[in-house]
Amino acid sequence: MGHTIYEWVYIGVVVGILIWVGADSWLVEKHLEEIPEEATTIRVVAQQWFWTFEHPDGTKEVGELHVKAGKAYRFEVVSKDVIHSFNVPYFVMTMDAVPGRVNKIWFAPAEPGEFLIQCREYCGLLHYQMRAKLIVEA
Amino acid sequence: MVLEVRKPRPLWEILFSTHHTDVGLLYIISSFVFLFMGGALAMTIRTELLTPGPTIISDPAFFNRVFTVHGTDLLFLWLLPFAAGMGNYLIPILVKYKDMAYPRLNAVAYWMIPPGAALIWLGWADIGWYGYPPYSTIRAPGPAADMWIFGLKILGLSSILGSINFVVTILKCKHPDMSIMKLPLFVWGILTTSIMTLAALPTFTAALIMLYTDRLGVSSFFNPAMGGDPIAYQHLFWFTFHPEVYIFFMPAIGMAYDLIPKFSRKPIFSYASGVIALILLSIIGFASWAHHMLATGMTFTEKTVFMIGTLAAVPMSAMHVFNWLATSWGGRIKFAAPMKWTFGGIALFFAAGAGGVVNTALPLDFITHDSYWVVGHFHLFVMGTISFIFLGFMYYLFPLITGRMYNERLSSIHFWLMFIGAIMVFVTQHVLGLFGMPRRIYDYVSDPDLIIMNQIATTGAYLQGIGMAVFLYNMINSAVRGKPAKMEDPFEIGEVYYDHRRREPH
Repeated sequence: MGHTIYEWVYIGVVVGILIWVGADSWLVEKHLEEIPEEATTIRVVAQQWFWTFEHPDGTKEVGELHVKAGKAYRFEVVSKDVIHSFNVPYFVMTMDAVPGRVNKIWFAPAEPGEFLIQCREYCGLLHYQMRAKLIVEA
Repeated sequence: MVLEVRKPRPLWEILFSTHHTDVGLLYIISSFVFLFMGGALAMTIRTELLTPGPTIISDPAFFNRVFTVHGTDLLFLWLLPFAAGMGNYLIPILVKYKDMAYPRLNAVAYWMIPPGAALIWLGWADIGWYGYPPYSTIRAPGPAADMWIFGLKILGLSSILGSINFVVTILKCKHPDMSIMKLPLFVWGILTTSIMTLAALPTFTAALIMLYTDRLGVSSFFNPAMGGDPIAYQHLFWFTFHPEVYIFFMPAIGMAYDLIPKFSRKPIFSYASGVIALILLSIIGFASWAHHMLATGMTFTEKTVFMIGTLAAVPMSAMHVFNWLATSWGGRIKFAAPMKWTFGGIALFFAAGAGGVVNTALPLDFITHDSYWVVGHFHLFVMGTISFIFLGFMYYLFPLITGRMYNERLSSIHFWLMFIGAIMVFVTQHVLGLFGMPRRIYDYVSDPDLIIMNQIATTGAYLQGIGMAVFLYNMINSAVRGKPAKMEDPFEIGEVYYDHRRREPH
């Protein structure tokens, strides 16, 4: 059984790489999960097939979200009908909007600009058009 | 042996036969019919995405139905029946028994496929192949979703009956002189697959019943308005369908273990590690289901557990790849069609596996989740690896089934079109995902990067389509007119071929 030693070394290397990948992503994700205390809460309401954003002062925006650069925001993602997924590809934010649940995610944009908000979970007829605009103001 | 083309029997004799070669033949032929039907839908999807805006489909609802049936068809009506067909054909030969343990049950399992398929194709549902509630319960129009549910129930039952038959045939009917550690690895592949099916499918069966009663309005398992939870369905669904990808894959592993030593003209590198890796994979396949749900708002602990569970499945797959490469290392390799397909499949499997590690690493998953990356990853695996090895095995079994030889040059054209096509479509889809294109969309943002990449992908899909047309021509033409195969050793590799003298059906 002279060949088994190679196999064990090989499996050892594979397992080592996976432990490294796992540990590293665990550390990064742990850091990403901590929502800053001072973050402003915005309620994101998903429904077939558009987004509504409710600011803490009670104002509502449909299809557009205005935020300020340099501030942290916490999103409470909810759904009124089926499962949607709140996604801003540029900021790597993906969080499902599940009816009956409030899911949280946060971000802190640094630079002003205009970004795409879209739905990533198939939600029926106009799923592909369920987009909104994220406007980060200076 | 069924030398159908040389000594034709009336069609009804094959249709009503319970002999394992006949049932296997029916399985294989119908799985190819569904491969081409599902492939036609794939072409439709890729053509629609050639340019932004409506291209050939004017109605997004129609597009949603196309991708739903495409997915359901290829997973349940191509991959599963093909593996079952090959198993039917070869298991009794390999374990040296006259037939399957329960020949009639075997035929019944096959004959559940046509009605199940009819329900899925005629239902033409739009709920996605995964049918997540609440969309599938409160929004999806009937009777399409109901027909989908019943179609899948029938197919699931067929799989369970087939699996029982395989397990009993392998464990109880094998030749008494053949110890379990002497079984060919193809038999091990089918055995572990069947046991996994028996463990995984009942969960989905329960989920489908719950889905149906929810649709009828008599229960509210998944309706949050009445105290249910839609995420519960996802747990039940993925508890079946994450293991299911290993159920699709393990017959292909077994086929690769059958082909590689023969075409390398070398004994298998390490039989024991192959068996161990198959068994471990079949257990660990169950530990990772919720990585499909990392974005549903799970707690950090849950996410960590499922990341570890998913990563744990990688060494087992890596062990198989090591075994295959070590087996062919230093061998006198003959690159006939079956070997070419297997090697192509392994190359793409390597890429798909690397992409899989990216999917499971938590922070990276949120880039790729529900984007075209996942589509690319999944198709690289299912089309690039599993179907490649399946097609290679089809070429390998062609002389056994027809008594004739396929055209090697056409098979080479088929392979290269498919291989280049696969890289063009599926690698490009990975990049599309990184650019943020969500999956299951009828139309995309009109952005120059997205447009050019979608066009590369569509071109690759057309190459694959042409390749499959070549394959169809090769199979039909060679079955009718091909030169008779030397049945002792049709590939001239100095190996004993399967027992071709298997007598006419009883």
